[in-house]
Amino acid sequence: MNGRARIGGSFDWAQLERAGRWALPAIFLVASLWLWDRLVVWNEIPHYVVPRPGLVLSTLASDWEILVSALGVTLTTTILALAVAVAGGVGIAVLFAMSRLVKMSLFPYAVVLQVTPIVAIAPLIFIYVDSRLAGLLICAWIVAFFPILSNTTLGLNSVDHNLRDLFRIHGASRRQQLLLLMVPSALPYFLGGLRIAGGLALIGAIVAEYVAGTGGVGTGLASTILEAGYRLNIPRMFAALLLIAATGVLIFAALSLLSHLLLHRWHDSAVRPED
Amino acid sequence: MAMYGSDSRSSSNPAAGGELLALESVSKTFSGSIEALRDVSLHVGQGDFVSLLGPSGCGKSTVLRLIAGLAEPSTGHVDWRSNRESGRVAYVFQEPTLMPWTSVERNVWLPLRLGGCSFGEAQAEIEQALGMVGLEQCARMYPRELSGGMKMRVSIARALVTRPQVILMDEPFAALDEITRFKLNNDLLVIKEHSGCTILFVTHSVYESVFLSRRVAVMTPRPGRVFREIEVSAPYPRSDEFRNSDDYLSLCKDVSAALREATGDAP
Repeated sequence: MNGRARIGGSFDWAQLERAGRWALPAIFLVASLWLWDRLVVWNEIPHYVVPRPGLVLSTLASDWEILVSALGVTLTTTILALAVAVAGGVGIAVLFAMSRLVKMSLFPYAVVLQVTPIVAIAPLIFIYVDSRLAGLLICAWIVAFFPILSNTTLGLNSVDHNLRDLFRIHGASRRQQLLLLMVPSALPYFLGGLRIAGGLALIGAIVAEYVAGTGGVGTGLASTILEAGYRLNIPRMFAALLLIAATGVLIFAALSLLSHLLLHRWHDSAVRPED
Repeated sequence: MAMYGSDSRSSSNPAAGGELLALESVSKTFSGSIEALRDVSLHVGQGDFVSLLGPSGCGKSTVLRLIAGLAEPSTGHVDWRSNRESGRVAYVFQEPTLMPWTSVERNVWLPLRLGGCSFGEAQAEIEQALGMVGLEQCARMYPRELSGGMKMRVSIARALVTRPQVILMDEPFAALDEITRFKLNNDLLVIKEHSGCTILFVTHSVYESVFLSRRVAVMTPRPGRVFREIEVSAPYPRSDEFRNSDDYLSLCKDVSAALREATGDAP
């Protein structure tokens, strides 16, 4: 008998739960796709209104080159925006933590930037910025940087007071306090912000592409959706949407993995109870 | 009168090794109105073991913070009789206060690292400090993998690694169970014997203060003053034998009575 499946003669519900974590969403997905397919067939809905799932997948295969090229553009914008958001968000957070004056002066404007919808700012950005890539980057950065700034600032200010005192007693310099105490203390907060910012950078890039329109070469997935919409190529729209969703999930998974690798030895959020 | 105990109404009572530091008429007022300490005078000798005993909020921890340089007295002075050398004051908090993101050995390395000592240069001291608290085998472990008592030992090792002149201990064993506390009390006396350092120890426990100290300074409720100093002249090393002796119990009664008197709760 498998000792892990049964403990003391009772069924191991934990193992079943672990299996269910993957199996249940998969079963739900298959059931949804089947229902979608049947509804289209039973109601004789034309493919230019709602395509069958099979047609979406075959379009994904047939338009792969166009879609992957667009995905490359969107992904490049997203990753660059996320990188700039990390540099900007962390840099400004460190400034805030080191100087209350800077924080008092600038934080309200960071909030203003965050609460103003990007669709309202983006048209202005594309008027004043010549480069399409720069415009896309600025839009995606505005959306993505705030969670990093906010979380990192919170983390830098959440240092254990006793540890702070200990550093003072031993004559730590400001640089030592920052690098050896504040940065490691803020790491879990930063990583939480990074996971949110990863998704937001993708959303920012997509929204910016919508505002930028379909013109020019090397356009991204949002532009592909717009263009396909003009041509009533609904299967391609669904295929592009599928790629955007998959990209979002992959970004989240990659950042979650990074977070786990950095925190699993010490932080409660990443330590499993049985560890 | 207990065989090993005596009252010392005067606060000028350093140990035989000469005076290390003195608080002279120190007062501390927070936020302009909360008077934490009033006219506290306390003399601490080289190699002394002084416990500050008093009710919650009487300013015991504030005394340690003033000595550590974490706060300035509103009036009065903290005088170091010899030059206070940087890195020669160590502090042990009520919580272990370890850096959870790094290993035990790197936690112990911290005070030396802040003084510019590389890990390689510090390794011998780290091993020695961990050896003194019996945690040589746990050097590579992370704090979350240790029990509460082991974490506190790491905290003590971190305090010992700089070979401090004085260790300030702020209720370090308050959160531990009784058995672990007794064990760490015994171990602390052994460590003190080997290191020869001076210890100022804040505690709520009459029994702990009598077992550990050469002198118990009983404090009044806020604003805190040193109400009475009681000598515990029982010789070191002290062990469970002393803890079970009539003299120990008698001293505990004396200190308890002084504490009741200090808090205005005398029968």
